[in-house]
Amino acid sequence: MSEATTQQVTASLPEGRYFFSGNEAVAEGALSAGCRFYGGYPITPSSEIMERMAARLPERGGVFIQMEDEIASIASVIGASWAGAKAMTATSGPGISLMQEGIGYAVFTETPCVIVDIQRAGPSTGQATKVGSGDIMQAKWGSHGDALPIALSPWSVQEMFDLTLQAFNLAERFRVPVYLMGEEATAHLREGIRVPERVEVVERNRGPGDPFGTDEPDGVPPMPAFGDGQKLLVTGSTHDRRGFRKTDDPETHRVLVERLHKKILNHAAEIIQMEAYHLEDARVGIVAYGFTARSALFAVNRLRKEGLPVGLLRLKTLWPFPYETVEALTGSLAHCLTFEMNMGQVSGEIQKVCRCPLSVTTQVNGTIISPLTIERKIREVLS
Amino acid sequence: MTRALEGYIRPEITGTPFCPGCGHGSLMGTILRAIEDLGWDMDDMLFVSGIGCAGWIPSPHFNADTLHTLHGRAIAFATGAKLVNPDLRVMVIGGDGDLTSIGGNHLIHAARRNIDLTVICANNMIYGMTGGQAASTTPVGCFSSTTPQGNPYPPFDLCKLLEGAGARYVARFAITQPLELREAIKKALTLTGFTFVEAVSPCPTQFGRRNRIDQATGMIRYLQEHCLPKEEATGSEGPDKIITGEFVGA
Ligand code: SF4
Repeated sequence: MSEATTQQVTASLPEGRYFFSGNEAVAEGALSAGCRFYGGYPITPSSEIMERMAARLPERGGVFIQMEDEIASIASVIGASWAGAKAMTATSGPGISLMQEGIGYAVFTETPCVIVDIQRAGPSTGQATKVGSGDIMQAKWGSHGDALPIALSPWSVQEMFDLTLQAFNLAERFRVPVYLMGEEATAHLREGIRVPERVEVVERNRGPGDPFGTDEPDGVPPMPAFGDGQKLLVTGSTHDRRGFRKTDDPETHRVLVERLHKKILNHAAEIIQMEAYHLEDARVGIVAYGFTARSALFAVNRLRKEGLPVGLLRLKTLWPFPYETVEALTGSLAHCLTFEMNMGQVSGEIQKVCRCPLSVTTQVNGTIISPLTIERKIREVLS
Repeated sequence: MTRALEGYIRPEITGTPFCPGCGHGSLMGTILRAIEDLGWDMDDMLFVSGIGCAGWIPSPHFNADTLHTLHGRAIAFATGAKLVNPDLRVMVIGGDGDLTSIGGNHLIHAARRNIDLTVICANNMIYGMTGGQAASTTPVGCFSSTTPQGNPYPPFDLCKLLEGAGARYVARFAITQPLELREAIKKALTLTGFTFVEAVSPCPTQFGRRNRIDQATGMIRYLQEHCLPKEEATGSEGPDKIITGEFVGA
């Protein structure tokens, strides 16, 4: 099977340190990855991504368009991707809800694209300018049917840059929509980041070959573009390897849906990233992600200074979920704690495999979870 | 002669899914004849469609790149593809429900932006595929599975809508006017910018049957009787008349 290729290219800015907001870093990460199309609709707290892309993308030979709504945004992104461009959109909760049908279409037609979700406090319009992490389950389950996109969770402005770049690489490698699950707090945070001289980018495999099937049950087929003379047949209906509709054939549907899962799950080791802090000898372990993991690390470092056996597992990949790591980790802990800016969405996944008592702390008031809250909770558990 | 358009159809295709008497097969032929007249290479073309009977006109039949998208969203998908690759000649084909009801927002905005697309709206005045429900184009008083007492709401005049939205070329012909329709499609394809052709197409299965036009030939007769060239219109016609012609960019 031919594969996507990896190349070293110059980053979107001269090498050096930059003082950026998270949203600005997302835009530069996307440009560095080779993004050539942005279709979007304004929404707080993500709009600065769109504004920077509007200014920067045309300079770099790309196309920016402000569409009439989020449904049109994701549709334009998918159309652009099939025309051969690396393509993205960015939005927040209400926009993510509107995009779900299109994201399901992208999963089923194996269309690489990046969807940045700068999460705010929901449900509904909620607290439009405040932080939340309530879209984690929607990223996995929001579209009808069994879809398995990839979702990444950055915790810093540097990672808004780095993980956006990686989101493009994963999308192109696996022909799948990839979410960057940002949060308002990181999107509007300003920090120093380092932009390297060169970055590694993945270029999609444009064929030849059947665009919708492989001999391997977990393969990623090549993806020619419109205009390549391949007479592509792209449809959101159940289709065979060449794209012909086979909506009455049980076997075609099974093989396709299972392959779309296996191409992600069987490569989970290649996709999943996380970081462990002080976990070697920890008796109490926190599992956290996104901005909350910053507070968690702060609390853990403080308690470590007192000699307390606490550690942190920081998830950078939320989907596919690292069940095996969490199961192994919780087997060695006396107690596991989670902290989330939602009603316990990731905690539910941890619960499925947790081998020690689990304490779940949720906070849904539109503010970040402070290090002090986490520290108090750990002391409670340890006492 | 019957095989004249064979090269425009994927070799795997042995038939269409359209009901006997459906206008969409005729429209399919008219579109391909227009492309043949222009001498265009199908490898330079991209056909984008949504969901509904008319979405099947290009996909899977046309021997070119085809993108069969979501209900209502074809124009937004097409916008992304066209902007990334301006060399593609992009045609969107869809039904009235698909393009003008659920997809109405995309239609008017693409026209406003003057995106270089040709949109062919196969208007059969009803939702065919889902079982004959009323559409935004169903004439007042007509029966459908969701207007059993007759449709109380006036339909869109699609050509006026597109004119208002800023389309570069706007025309309406029925499939009972195949020569005019073919010329309109050719003009729409060759003009740069957003072009729109409303092709009034009979749906005997859902529209005809519910409105006591029992035969496919009855639907053809209905269109012949109700279509009136705009040059002959006085402005005092009743709402059942279908005024045909080129309205913008003639
Ligand atoms: S339902 Fe109507 S529009 Fe659809 S194929 Fe049959 S006749 Fe044609």
